[in-house]
Amino acid sequence: MATVDMFQNADRMFARKRWFGFAIPAVIFTYLVYVFFAFDILGLAERARMDNARVLVSDMYSHKVQVTRDTRKGTIAYSVEGERKGAYPEGQRPDWVSGDEADTISVDLGGGLVAHFLPDNALRVDVPGFGEITARMEGRAVTTNLDPENLPEWASLSRTRLDLTLPDGRVTFTRNKTEAFNFFFGWELFFYTLDSPYHAKGLFSILFGEQIDPTRSNIAGAWHDFWHNPMWRHSEVAWAIFETLLMAFLGTMGAAMVALPIAFLAAKNFTPLAPIRFAVRRVLDFIRGVDSLIFTIILSRAFGPGVLTGTLAILITDTGTFGKMFSEALENVDKKQIEGVESTGAKTLQRYRFGVIPQVTPIFLSQVLFSLESSTRSATIIGAITGGGIGLLLTQAIYTQKDWEEVTYYIILVILLVMLMDQFSGWVRAKLIGKKT
Amino acid sequence: MSDISTVTIQSDYMEMVKRKRLYGGAMLAFFALIFVSGFMLADSRNAGGFWQGIPKVFDFPKDVWKDTLPKLDQLPGHFNTYFPSLIETINIAAVSTLLGTILAIFLSLFATRGLAKYLFLIGPTRRVMDTLRAFPEIVIALVLIFILGGGPVPAMIAIAFHTAGSLGKLFSEVNENADLKPVEGLSSVGATWTQRMWFGVIPQVAPNYFSYAILRFEINIRASAILGFVGAGGIGYELKNAMSWGQGKYDDAAAIFILLFATIVFFDQLSSHLRDRLISKGGH
Repeated sequence: MATVDMFQNADRMFARKRWFGFAIPAVIFTYLVYVFFAFDILGLAERARMDNARVLVSDMYSHKVQVTRDTRKGTIAYSVEGERKGAYPEGQRPDWVSGDEADTISVDLGGGLVAHFLPDNALRVDVPGFGEITARMEGRAVTTNLDPENLPEWASLSRTRLDLTLPDGRVTFTRNKTEAFNFFFGWELFFYTLDSPYHAKGLFSILFGEQIDPTRSNIAGAWHDFWHNPMWRHSEVAWAIFETLLMAFLGTMGAAMVALPIAFLAAKNFTPLAPIRFAVRRVLDFIRGVDSLIFTIILSRAFGPGVLTGTLAILITDTGTFGKMFSEALENVDKKQIEGVESTGAKTLQRYRFGVIPQVTPIFLSQVLFSLESSTRSATIIGAITGGGIGLLLTQAIYTQKDWEEVTYYIILVILLVMLMDQFSGWVRAKLIGKKT
Repeated sequence: MSDISTVTIQSDYMEMVKRKRLYGGAMLAFFALIFVSGFMLADSRNAGGFWQGIPKVFDFPKDVWKDTLPKLDQLPGHFNTYFPSLIETINIAAVSTLLGTILAIFLSLFATRGLAKYLFLIGPTRRVMDTLRAFPEIVIALVLIFILGGGPVPAMIAIAFHTAGSLGKLFSEVNENADLKPVEGLSSVGATWTQRMWFGVIPQVAPNYFSYAILRFEINIRASAILGFVGAGGIGYELKNAMSWGQGKYDDAAAIFILLFATIVFFDQLSSHLRDRLISKGGH
């Protein structure tokens, strides 16, 4: 009889388990289906700008050098990424451009693709495997030998504009401008811009070669030109990284200092007065409930944009978290050690100093160091909102939607920074607490 | 003779205590110096200084309060207006926690010695998790907004990635403490790797996974609110709009503040309640 019952029980349990085994995935699946429609994933596929993605990816690892003929002024400009900071100095041009600027110049884009900028606002492009494309401006309209009905897929033609986008380069032709873009692998001018005398000089020739700039020594000059590179602004980036670190460090450490006394007030065994304890705990709950976003907004109204605002936002947010964690640690301290200290006639303060602090210090320190890493990440985000540190540079670079190589650079720096903080806090924890994490 | 040695021991001890205190004091002083100078530096680099700002801290809350007080009757209406975007924020957090957890389970199983299917993938998987963890959500979100346009999906993907990294690390720590006997038993009867994991490991670690995932969900709600502020949909986006309407119209912002606060407190309480229950029910 009893065995039968047991069997039945087991069967029922199995049935229930099996039911759960199907029900939980089913619930998750239903939820995902709901979200699929709530987030309009189907519409997203249409809205997604894959051309943006292509620009982004190609910009991340390559750069373009462009040759621009301004038809009205009759000038030809050579620049990296089309920026003034990347312009070639007067009288210099890339070696893949040949010809007389007053007459015809030939831009060799590589792979046999050559664009010839002809006089009288005309253009001839030799496309390998296709032939010659000629274009001229007649009045306001483009005339070309391309058949508008039967365009190759890499060409686009409208009344006022011809655009050829090939793997080796790109040529555009309008009434005011003729442009050729040549693409190269790597980040442009990362060390020196074109106007620096150290551009295209090897490290060896800078260190051991002849003096390049007569007014300053090689190493000092090279460092100065690198550090103040107008395109990559290395000194500003380094400063921004430092600001982010500063926000994280000051915020976390400050929060630990503020939270320490508060935690004693919130711990049951140190504050026997229930009303005080209750009030302090509700305050901590409130601080944790008001999101760091809201604190950031309120503080940036009072202090203006900058590092201090971010620091205070992190400080207040972390105080809520630390207050709770510390008070929990304090409630778990071993009474015996305190009693032992008390038995030697220690006063209250001495009891805390020698009975409590040694017990909780390792726990507190490890919590503080642990959150140093997450604070670095919050400092990036808060910096983007309040305007300080690498977060600001990053969002600015993203919002301009142009300099994706800079965005990539900043992202790499941020990730390295966070990983370094992680390593550093683990190392300090191991040193101070003598425990491997 | 013994007297002298006690004296020397005592003096030696006092010497050591003194030196330790000196080192401790020096460390503390050094730390204080760094801290204070750092604060002063931060202060000087800020648009408004600390002491000018302190009296103004409550100006903004006061403005909000002043705008809201005469329009208290409109608050329920505002709650109604912004409730859908609140739901969106919660959905972003929920989906990203869900997807991140699933990804984290796989990553952690591949990254734990003794459980991993391919030994040579342990190192690379760990590096992948480190990288995912180090990516601040805002970076992925902003780049994805550029490609996908504003809306909840960029935030969802961004948070899911970060969640996968951080949960993956915690999960693999849990896995390391899992008992390997069931796995051995299963492999002795010829179970495949998937079966060994599903029947041998997951039942052991599920309560811990769940408790970490709930904690992460709470964190992700905050993250999705912040990401909304930079353009990724949800209540954060509405908050940014409400803020930009400026003084005199802060009652919308007040409604959003209240909604956000209530939500966070609710999920904070819920998650600590659920985790308490899991632990008292005998999860590790």
